[in-house]
Amino acid sequence: MENLLNGWGTTLATFSPLVGVAIMMLIPGEREHQHKMVALVTSLWVAFLGVLLLIWFDMGQTAQLQFVVDKPWIDVISSRYLVGIDGMSLPLILLTMLIVPLCIVYSWDHFPDPVNPKAFLILILILETGMIGTFVAQDLVLFFVFFEVVLLPMFFMIAVWGGEDRRYASLKFFLYTLFGSALMLVSFLALFFLTGADTFSFAGLSDAVAAGGVSHTAQLWIFGGMFLGFAIKVPMFPFHTWLPDAHTQAPTVGSVILAAVLLKLGTYGFVRIAIPILPEAAVAWAPWIGLLAVIGIIYGALGCLAQTDMKRLIAFSSVAHMGFVMLGIATLTDFGINAAIMGMVAHGLITGMLFFVAGSVKERFHTLEINRLGGLLVQAPRMGWIFGFCVMASLGLPGLAGFWGEFPAILSAYQPANGVPVEIFRVYMVVAALGTVLAAGYLLWLLQRVAFGNPTEEFAEAPNITDTTKHEWIAWAPLLALIVAIGIYPNLVFRVTDGAVDASLNECLRVDVQVLTADEVAALGCSDVYGLGGGSDAPVEHAVGN
Amino acid sequence: MSNLLIAALSADAGLPLGITEGGSWLLRNVWLIPLLPALSFVGILTFGKRMPRGGSELGIAAVGIAFVLALLTGVAWMDHRDNSHDQEVHVAVVQFDDHGVGHGDGSEEGHGGGHPSLAVQRTAVWFQAGGMEFTVGTLVDGLAVMMLVVVTLVSLLVHVYSTEYVHGDRRYTHYFAFLSLFSASMLLLVVSENTLQLLCAWELVGVCSFVLIGHWWEEKPNSDAALKAFLTNRVGDMGLLVGVTVLFFAAGSTLPGRFGSFSIAETNALASSGMLSHTALVVASCGLMAAVMSKSGQFFLHTWLPDAMAGPTPVSALIHAATMVVAGVFMIARMYGVFFEGFQIGGSSINLMAFIGGLTTIVGACMAFVQRDIKKVLAYSTISQLGYMVMALGVGAWTAAVFHLFTHAFFKACLFLGAGSVAHAVHSFDMKSDMGGLRKHMPHTYRTFMIGTVALAGLPPLAGFWSKDEILVGTGGWGLLGGTGGNGAYTLMLGMGMLTAALTAAYMTRCVYLTFFGEFRGHGEPHESGPRIIVPLWILAGLAIVVGFLNLPTGFQLAPGSLQERFGHYVEPVAGYFPAITHATPSWSLAIVSTLVVILGIAASGYYYFVKVEAASKAAGTSLTELPDGPTSRYPLAAMGYKLLDNKYYLDHLYSGVIANGTKGPLARLAYRINQQVIDRTVDVVGETAVKAGTVVYDKIDQLVVDGAVNASGRASSGMGEELRRVNSGKVQSYAAILFAAATVLAGLLIVIV
Repeated sequence: MENLLNGWGTTLATFSPLVGVAIMMLIPGEREHQHKMVALVTSLWVAFLGVLLLIWFDMGQTAQLQFVVDKPWIDVISSRYLVGIDGMSLPLILLTMLIVPLCIVYSWDHFPDPVNPKAFLILILILETGMIGTFVAQDLVLFFVFFEVVLLPMFFMIAVWGGEDRRYASLKFFLYTLFGSALMLVSFLALFFLTGADTFSFAGLSDAVAAGGVSHTAQLWIFGGMFLGFAIKVPMFPFHTWLPDAHTQAPTVGSVILAAVLLKLGTYGFVRIAIPILPEAAVAWAPWIGLLAVIGIIYGALGCLAQTDMKRLIAFSSVAHMGFVMLGIATLTDFGINAAIMGMVAHGLITGMLFFVAGSVKERFHTLEINRLGGLLVQAPRMGWIFGFCVMASLGLPGLAGFWGEFPAILSAYQPANGVPVEIFRVYMVVAALGTVLAAGYLLWLLQRVAFGNPTEEFAEAPNITDTTKHEWIAWAPLLALIVAIGIYPNLVFRVTDGAVDASLNECLRVDVQVLTADEVAALGCSDVYGLGGGSDAPVEHAVGN
Repeated sequence: MSNLLIAALSADAGLPLGITEGGSWLLRNVWLIPLLPALSFVGILTFGKRMPRGGSELGIAAVGIAFVLALLTGVAWMDHRDNSHDQEVHVAVVQFDDHGVGHGDGSEEGHGGGHPSLAVQRTAVWFQAGGMEFTVGTLVDGLAVMMLVVVTLVSLLVHVYSTEYVHGDRRYTHYFAFLSLFSASMLLLVVSENTLQLLCAWELVGVCSFVLIGHWWEEKPNSDAALKAFLTNRVGDMGLLVGVTVLFFAAGSTLPGRFGSFSIAETNALASSGMLSHTALVVASCGLMAAVMSKSGQFFLHTWLPDAMAGPTPVSALIHAATMVVAGVFMIARMYGVFFEGFQIGGSSINLMAFIGGLTTIVGACMAFVQRDIKKVLAYSTISQLGYMVMALGVGAWTAAVFHLFTHAFFKACLFLGAGSVAHAVHSFDMKSDMGGLRKHMPHTYRTFMIGTVALAGLPPLAGFWSKDEILVGTGGWGLLGGTGGNGAYTLMLGMGMLTAALTAAYMTRCVYLTFFGEFRGHGEPHESGPRIIVPLWILAGLAIVVGFLNLPTGFQLAPGSLQERFGHYVEPVAGYFPAITHATPSWSLAIVSTLVVILGIAASGYYYFVKVEAASKAAGTSLTELPDGPTSRYPLAAMGYKLLDNKYYLDHLYSGVIANGTKGPLARLAYRINQQVIDRTVDVVGETAVKAGTVVYDKIDQLVVDGAVNASGRASSGMGEELRRVNSGKVQSYAAILFAAATVLAGLLIVIV
């Protein structure tokens, strides 16, 4: 069958949610059921488009942008409407398209206070457009617009439907990420002007930088700006403090989307924009990114051990998990970045599930204080087992998805890319391995206190504590199935990402010097940064201007 | 590694791996064996509750078929070992230009004539990353086949036994589901073709162990024990992660066009041929050794194993005695090329592995003396015996260690299931308060337990004798009338082994006395267990008698030559992926002396219990368990020793008290306080300052200076409160506008400056 989606499929998938929004705008707010149906149908339609995109995606050429649209957009600044999908973005797009309908199903009968499904669902659909748009954009301005579109709906979701401290949390989330975005924008603009390229497209800028014209110092600074913008979004230690507050206060569905997709916008920015466009600066920054990543792994784990609130604990675990993702990215190797994308998908599925379960626990017990919970397996056995399963997945048990984000990241740290200091990363590797022990510690300890034992007196007789409901099953089953499927056959993701990741990396980062002769190395014309130069053994590892 | 040249090698040049891609159907399809219990896991979870026997029938069927397949595979392997002429696989390597590539021609001398044993390897692509394909597959050789048979057999018997033992349990179905998953994981582990797959299976058996130890999770001690097991194993697994990673890249550095290799055969072959850097091998060996220490309960990471007895007894028999805990020993045996070079086992100096094994074997045996709980005696005995195996591997006695693993699986499973049968009758595991005199009430359990005890103690001709004797011979430390010629003279290890032999005999004598002799001290009328418990016990007891004959020593004059060293012939590889180890010659004198040592241990302990305690009991009129004025009350040194043992060398205090609580208490709190007071506070302060600055600008400049020129009075008082309210009411778009304006200005600045 011919590829019907070529040329318009990406656009259709991105903006379909807005059509749903427009329809919902026309329906009065009190017809709640109609709103739910419209939102669900819209999100399912988008998911269906996602399936079609997957079917017609040419797996033989994952490195190629597919379903490309390239139209003039803002001529004044040479920004174009350039969208497309390749192997790096496809898994994340599909993850988004999957999570959104599940969130709508999950909230079907229990919208958080103040209920208002119309507004809530509209926000979710706008979010979907923003998220998909960010992943398909191939132009910096377009990317930036989508990146920011995501902010507002999430801000309102936390500020209106959140917990007690929602105003503080939502404002902090908004301003903090906006602050990062501003610096990111500075970098984008600087890049545009300094290269003198007549384009904002990723590929164009990458070529322009490679052709020279941007001084090494300028690259370092530009990378620094992008780093701040993306690192806040990830979030990396020490820019993570908005995350526990936002997660704790956000409604369940908000937390799920935040964990499953929004955090990936930051890491995606690294692998899609920062590293391919500025490989030399990335080499200089890599040791510092790696350092913050491993600090995040240990620090996030310790933070988890100190928590008394289940949701806050899961939020802190994101800091640790994203540390593994960032460690993989910091190696600048195709293996490490593959691990990172796998880590993003796995974290999205697993932590999304954990937040779902936490939400359901909260709904039944009206508290997430770990000390007051206990014996979940007695009162709601199925949910208890699901929770145990997610905990196992989250601590990186082989056979489940989490492992494939964690172990390959550790593995890749042993041998980072050319120019990145090997010894330092080997230390990082051992520290990250220690992080797996702590992860098991805080997660199992959580499991023990929440699920094992007998119910506390407070809730022993509570009548409203029921086992998993139908809506919960529908919302969770696909996630659980995917966690197992990817865990057993990781190639589901790796096969898609590998080619694209490999192509995104600069030749100089990944050549195997042992295979090449000195002449061949010289022919590559790599800068000294990569430490490939014949005889010169002074790679510019320490030249980072921090 | 300088001086590297790339050899443009064709497929049949290069380093021979000692594997083949041929082989018979059974050997090429062993993946079916782990698949069966894996399917039964899914089946039991899905349909188990609706089945008439709660899913146990599915588990038994799956493991039963797997056992039959394993036996057939064993037969196929024996045929393959003797008659195969399949094509050997070679791998292209980056060669040193000065040294030759070690031996590794796959035909070094070994057992029974030089016919090499080609392991059968089959792989499929698992995933691709970094432009490289990673495989999953099976590596079948004597070691794997032996493990397949042991695991499926013990698992099958435990399944049958469990139908009676956990009958009526509230989570009967889950129990059988996880027994199946465990069997599947363990079987996957033993046929693993690469270290990544091994690592996966390794952790999966760990999680099954976690679930089954915590089977009765309503009680906190059980879930504590489960957590402790998992976390201790995770500590060791850190070493595994590091070790596997180091080996991956070390192997990769010698393989042109690939940046790494997980393949066990390749890694071992490269290590054995001296092509891997020694540093990498040392680091990897130490890392893997840490994993062995946690999984196989080696001192000082053994503390989880006794606690793991909180699980149901059949689980203890299957997982914490016969199969899972030997995963560490199996891993050393599997990666022997790496360990052999990394620890320089052939080099005759005492290495880490031999030392840890030797220490563990004594430490564990001592602990067994002070236990009241019959399962804990057996648990410490397991630690001690695992130490024996590790020590044997550490001195180069590979076949002896693997053979001991084999015999130990049967008699230790027999003992554990016997202990379960006793506990089933008296509803307690406490030997001192609830047992005694049970030989009259439980004749079958008594007899099978005695057979297991004699086999464990190592009296001829039962199984334990043969394997233990081989290990003692293998230390090469015995110089009298032959018995030397191993990989060096490890006299210290010989001494440790001898001492443990005496201790083992002694504590088992104590255990048998407390359980079966004297008068019954418990409540009620204990009675013999049913056939589903007794039959597995007799099968295991029968095996504990006979399996020792499978590896009669060479030169054993009482048996024809064709029956000597059969186990060694079929199990020990003679292949490129296995190091060239030399074998010690057995000695009658050592066998006699070690038997005398065992008898001495039995005599000493027997004199104390069967003579003195028995006499004191008669005098006191009740059944005593120790002398009222025993050595601990008379000698302060003995009392101190007892206290040290009773507190488990204070290791638990160190681990849970200091390390675990220190991490989750003060350290975690400190980190969190830093988070809230420093990092997050900074953010808040920046935010507040920005608002204040904005207020100042607005109040003092905009309102006072600009607007003030027009309207100087009055409005300055609106102040900060108003501004904060504006923030809180969510007028964020103005902030956004300001930020983007600032961004543009900053971008301009950046462009001008750099």
